[in-house]
Amino acid sequence: MAEIIQVQGCTKTFRANGVETQALRGVDLTVNDGELMMLVGPSGCGKTTLISILAGILAHDGGAVRVLGEDLGAMPAAQLPAFRRRNLGFVFQAFNLIPALDVLDNISIPLILNGVKRAEALERADDLATRVGLRDRRHHRPTQLSGGQQQRVAIARALVHDPRLVVCDEPTSALDHHTGEVVMEMLRSIALKPGRGLVIVTHDSRIFPYADRIATMDDGRIVSLKSQETAP
Amino acid sequence: MMRIALLMLTADRGRFIGIVTGVTFAALLITQQMSIFLGLLGRAGAPVQDVRQAQVWVMDPSQSAVDLDGVRPMGATALWRVRGTDGVDWAVEHLRVPIAVSLGDGARRSAMLVGIDADAWVGAPPTLVQGTWEDLRRSDAVIVDEDGATKLWRPNPDGTRRPLAVGDEVEINDHRAVVVGIARSTRAIFFAPPMWTTVERAKTWIPPQRRDVSYIVAGVAAGGDPAAVAAAITARTGLRAVTAPDFSVDSSAFFAANTGVPINFGIAVILGFLVGVAVAGLLFLQFVSENLRYLGALKAMGAENGLLVRMTMLQAVVVGAIGYGLGIGLAALMGHLAGGGTRTLAWEMPPWLLLGTGAAVFLIVLVAALLGVRRVITLEPAVVFRG
Ligand SMILES: Nc1ncnc2c1ncn2[C@@H]1O[C@H](COP(=O)(O)OP(=O)(O)OP(=O)(O)O)[C@@H](O)[C@H]1O
Ligand SMILES: [Mg+2]
Repeated sequence: MAEIIQVQGCTKTFRANGVETQALRGVDLTVNDGELMMLVGPSGCGKTTLISILAGILAHDGGAVRVLGEDLGAMPAAQLPAFRRRNLGFVFQAFNLIPALDVLDNISIPLILNGVKRAEALERADDLATRVGLRDRRHHRPTQLSGGQQQRVAIARALVHDPRLVVCDEPTSALDHHTGEVVMEMLRSIALKPGRGLVIVTHDSRIFPYADRIATMDDGRIVSLKSQETAP
Repeated sequence: MMRIALLMLTADRGRFIGIVTGVTFAALLITQQMSIFLGLLGRAGAPVQDVRQAQVWVMDPSQSAVDLDGVRPMGATALWRVRGTDGVDWAVEHLRVPIAVSLGDGARRSAMLVGIDADAWVGAPPTLVQGTWEDLRRSDAVIVDEDGATKLWRPNPDGTRRPLAVGDEVEINDHRAVVVGIARSTRAIFFAPPMWTTVERAKTWIPPQRRDVSYIVAGVAAGGDPAAVAAAITARTGLRAVTAPDFSVDSSAFFAANTGVPINFGIAVILGFLVGVAVAGLLFLQFVSENLRYLGALKAMGAENGLLVRMTMLQAVVVGAIGYGLGIGLAALMGHLAGGGTRTLAWEMPPWLLLGTGAAVFLIVLVAALLGVRRVITLEPAVVFRG
């Protein structure tokens, strides 16, 4: 089975106002096909930095980063947006749904960005809205939805174009425990299938049971990696 | 995505209205001030335009504007020398002399005595409201401007004022003059009420040193070129000869160059422009800034810079177009309501002014858009994962 992600010796240093911060000090990580990988660790250890590099929205300094068979370090910057819109799905802590658009329009954005005609995009968005249980809310605005419902819309948006890698930064931290579980069930059941990988950064230990493997980071390195059985 | 851009723009209703209002205000102020300014410029040439038959105006070489820079009489032989120039079909004297009118009750008010040609009434204004030009042949006859008549008012017994009317007698430099008609002329810029009489009679009413010709107006032979004929007159007589349209423009230019008016209007226009840039630009920048997290999310999801820039430009162009339309529409409405196009308000709104306002609005929008676009381009997609 091919790996979705292969990272070796990845480093990243930020320079801001003359201050250097070594956010990643040599990360090695592999994410397998069909796997849900969780990144955990104390605040400031580099989780967001790593997931940003994996998603192709932040350039790393050293080491090798292969995502879906592509060497991101060697890919010209101009090709990154196209790579992202074809292969990546994003779920953000703050949802980042566009308030001016209704649920279906929000879900269909990745398709529109990929050049799918609006009518077809809306049809597929409708299908995803149904699968996350929001069919009766499909013409609501984000502000008319609860946090959990908004995050379900975000999950639908992250999956609508059938991306091979889905990255989530703190997807449940703005939600209560029960809602967080609903969202995780949904992510696992819809996002995870052969040929896909899922990387989730979280502080939220209550959702650890949903991971296939958990990588613990500290001070810019992965310090432990453990596999676990998950509920089917 | 362009549809999404427009939805994002209009969903933020308060700011959308704010930006449009800023652009509208700028377009309104620029158009309105310029229309009045152009109206005033036009009035400076009005006395020239009112002598419709004249194709060429001849005057003292040092004279550069009608009425505005005084009167410099030419020698008595000027008329014959002009008439003798090749290409001149006809030429007549046209007298314009500022006078004081005694209205009988001790009041003296200034007016502009215009001596016109008594053969073909060359120099008479376009519209006669009362009487006929032939009435000017009666002794001491004078015709008064309709608006001017209200300025040369007489007191009624009960203390109210009434405009000078047909049959009234006034005194011009101790000469009796009788009003035989009322005419309507185009408003001039400094409004001394015009009073028309024949050139011959006018010369008997004014001091001897001013009795020489103030202007000669001429027509060119059929098929002739007024500019060429004017040049020929200058060559032959040494006098200044220009086509009527040129003299009208010269008069406007003289007005613009010798008064503070253009500066005042210029300041208002620049102010309108700057306020437009400030209000529309800042609000638009605010709008873009507040949408940065969504734009960042779009960027992360693979939207190219070019696409986001086009979305931002479209938003700017749309507020610009709406503001422009509202602005010039409001300006036109204000001009109409305030009496533009009539005699009360100096108001001219030519197509090129609307184009000019359009260019100014485009600049405003461009500045606003560039401010926004800069933030969009420099936006790092990685911000989407930061709190
Ligand atoms: N753009 C940046 N400029 C400068 N320093 C940065 C930048 N982004 C991250 N850092 C620094 O890099 C280190 C790792 O940050 P990162 O956001 O990856 O941590 P994290 O594990 O996601 O933390 P948290 O759990 O609080 O979200 C921190 O010390 C942070 O201050
Ligand atoms: Mg983080």
